[in-house]
Amino acid sequence: MATLKRTIGFWISIVLALILFVVVQVLISGEILNSFYVNTLFFMVINIILAVSLHLIIGITGQFSIGHAGFFAVGAYASAIMTMKLQMPFALALLVGGVAAAVAGLLIGIPSLRLKGDYLAIATLGFGEIVRISLLNIEYVGGASGMTVTHLTTWPWVFACLLITIIVIANFTNSTHGRACISIREDEIAADSMGINTTYYKVVAFVIGSFFAGIAGGLYAHHFYIIQPTNFGFLKSFDILIFVVLGGLGSMSGAVIAAILLTIVSTFLQDYPETRMIIYSIILILVMLYRPKGLLGTKEVTSFFKLRRAVQGGIGNDNKNTVA
Amino acid sequence: MTTRTPLLKAEHVGIQFGGLKALSDVNMELNKGELVGLIGPNGAGKTTFFNLLTGVYEPTEGSIVLDNEKLNGLPPYKITRKGISRTFQNIRLFGELSVLDNVKVAYHSLARHSILSSIFRLPSHFSGEKEIEEKAVEFLKIFKLEHVMDEKAKNLPYGQQRRLEIARALAAHPKLLLLDEPAAGMNPQETKELMSLIAFIREKFDLTILLIEHDMSLVMGICERIYVLDHGQLIAHGTPEEVRNNPKVIEAYLGEEVS
Repeated sequence: MATLKRTIGFWISIVLALILFVVVQVLISGEILNSFYVNTLFFMVINIILAVSLHLIIGITGQFSIGHAGFFAVGAYASAIMTMKLQMPFALALLVGGVAAAVAGLLIGIPSLRLKGDYLAIATLGFGEIVRISLLNIEYVGGASGMTVTHLTTWPWVFACLLITIIVIANFTNSTHGRACISIREDEIAADSMGINTTYYKVVAFVIGSFFAGIAGGLYAHHFYIIQPTNFGFLKSFDILIFVVLGGLGSMSGAVIAAILLTIVSTFLQDYPETRMIIYSIILILVMLYRPKGLLGTKEVTSFFKLRRAVQGGIGNDNKNTVA
Repeated sequence: MTTRTPLLKAEHVGIQFGGLKALSDVNMELNKGELVGLIGPNGAGKTTFFNLLTGVYEPTEGSIVLDNEKLNGLPPYKITRKGISRTFQNIRLFGELSVLDNVKVAYHSLARHSILSSIFRLPSHFSGEKEIEEKAVEFLKIFKLEHVMDEKAKNLPYGQQRRLEIARALAAHPKLLLLDEPAAGMNPQETKELMSLIAFIREKFDLTILLIEHDMSLVMGICERIYVLDHGQLIAHGTPEEVRNNPKVIEAYLGEEVS
């Protein structure tokens, strides 16, 4: 019964997503949206993928990583090399970008996930910088002047990647494996004493998160014609971190909403270059003052619909998942 | 008397933190089905001993054997899977998770479906999750917590949080249950309920229980044997009667009041 309801909910979301896809596709091919809006839209979706992938690491597993732009960069450059230097198809390039980032995540994760809190943050920050500086000095990928990449990213690709990212991460979270990750966030010692291999799950979450950051990198590289190491500095990492924190740690829909809102805000603020960062920062401060737990706290958008039903029917059968 | 097969055997166990010897030469034998108390003044090393048994720390000397298997050096999650599970002095529930999910976490090691099957929602995911859910609900019924199972654990009243923590520890299917001050912060009525709960789970799950407690009425009331720690060393052990009359214990622990 509960499974049935959940399955119905799932298919409704898929149908809604497809409608959204078709509408946007019509708007783009009918040239109703001009290229500025299309650009913003693509950038928004890439930001959502980044936000959701970091949400798995920080919001669900509780590992404070601030080097996410590093994985983004690895994905971008790996996929660009595939298409530009090796003449591989775009789909393969995206996949290779994701896998390369996941491998980087594995290599960084195994030693550094033994660190906690601030120390892990500094280690991951260091990783992000290492990636940026290395790319700056590798002639093969153009060094500081960057690498020109053909434009291959189209709406179907962007949309499919977004959908896959959200489904995979939501499915992972709503399973015994996701619960294991949340238990690590809540209390690592207790999780350990419940028989959960905490190191393993931290690394798994890190690798999955890195993989999708790499996918986002591939989409990004093939959309903006040129990639440069400066695009992947620690400011980018902080941008992604802000999506997750502002949306509410532990809420995937919160991360999505924050990524959408902040992309819109920063795009429209581009008309006021002098005051742009000031206004942006003030918005962040205000949100944190009035919503200290983020826009949605740990709740999901779907829980607002479920709330009513639970009240009506006493303890509902279908409201047992904490997240997504 | 219960059967005479030692379930847990700790021999000459000790641990050193830098220059500080927190525990030394602790010997303990627990037989199957026993309920044993571990008492001692504050800072005697009781919780440290629990941490050694559960693998939070690795003993620097001695050996710990459970059911003929050596536990030294195993990570905590493996020790839990071998059959030792515990509660904590300061409750450590997964506060943001629901009561039901707290218990489900303990069933994690029984889950057979892989991460990939969960991501792709293969049939094994659904059957695995269903099995976990059914077991967890059944478990909460035993502990009379099923009416709050959708509540966040952090929102439960204190007594229920303690009960949930014990339920969660038991859901990991231990052979040996370690309770670290289960009655801390409870009023006499709650302590009484706790005593009957402990007696009940011991029967029901065929458990061996080792318990740290400051509440003397509880320890003396339900424990068959008692070990006494002081300054990192075992100073006495025996039946409650023997321990109560042991001059060393009176000196170290009970002070002048017991006379």
